[in-house]
Amino acid sequence: MSQIADQLRDKLTKELKAVHVEVEDTSANRCAASFKALVVSPQFEGKPLLQRHRMVNTCLAEELKEIHAFEQKTLTPEQWEKQKSQ
Amino acid sequence: MNSLIRATARCLRPGSAVYLTRQADTRMCLTPGQRFLCSATGIKKDLAEIVKKDKVVVFMKGDPSQPMCGFSNAVVQILRMHGVDDYASYNVLEDQRLRQGVKDFSNWPTIPQVYFNGEFVGGCDILLQMHQNGDLVEELEKLGIRSALVDTENKSK
Repeated sequence: MSQIADQLRDKLTKELKAVHVEVEDTSANRCAASFKALVVSPQFEGKPLLQRHRMVNTCLAEELKEIHAFEQKTLTPEQWEKQKSQ
Repeated sequence: MNSLIRATARCLRPGSAVYLTRQADTRMCLTPGQRFLCSATGIKKDLAEIVKKDKVVVFMKGDPSQPMCGFSNAVVQILRMHGVDDYASYNVLEDQRLRQGVKDFSNWPTIPQVYFNGEFVGGCDILLQMHQNGDLVEELEKLGIRSALVDTENKSK
């Protein structure tokens, strides 16, 4: 796991009180150019998708300046449980 | 619903067919007398007009007939599946001020970006999820656009 991925995960866990975070370096040679993130946070409760994504973008604003591509999936703990059981 | 997801997987496969769409003139700033996209300070004002000019506006890398990025391609393919051909697309690779300008304007760090009726919808992830959960059909309906998938779904029932 790259340093930047760790950094992203720590920040999301801390600032969005995420209960589960998966960060994957999706760049061709794992050069930290692109990432894919799954963020599970109770703070997403009752918020539309766009707002959730904006929360993640704001949280990682500094880091995203250096990242070429960023995919994200934002779930509430409830949605996460449901997805796991599927 | 499953067929929708399968269709998505199909459309996201690299090298899938690319549909030709009408393209808005992205070289408006070269037209004499038009200030569109010309001044860096005016870009915010110009973007406010651009996003309202057409029901569906896409800021992307490349153009619908030749997307230059997988995420931009995904947006084009999703719209194509819903039969949305008549939308304005702007190639941010052709204009650095537009590329940065639209990020600032939308307060969104990545390209592609999709607007419906002047309102920011989201990027590729959001459009894909809206496609998967059915919201996209509803949002298009609000724009007066009947998704082609509604007819396909009805037929398969």
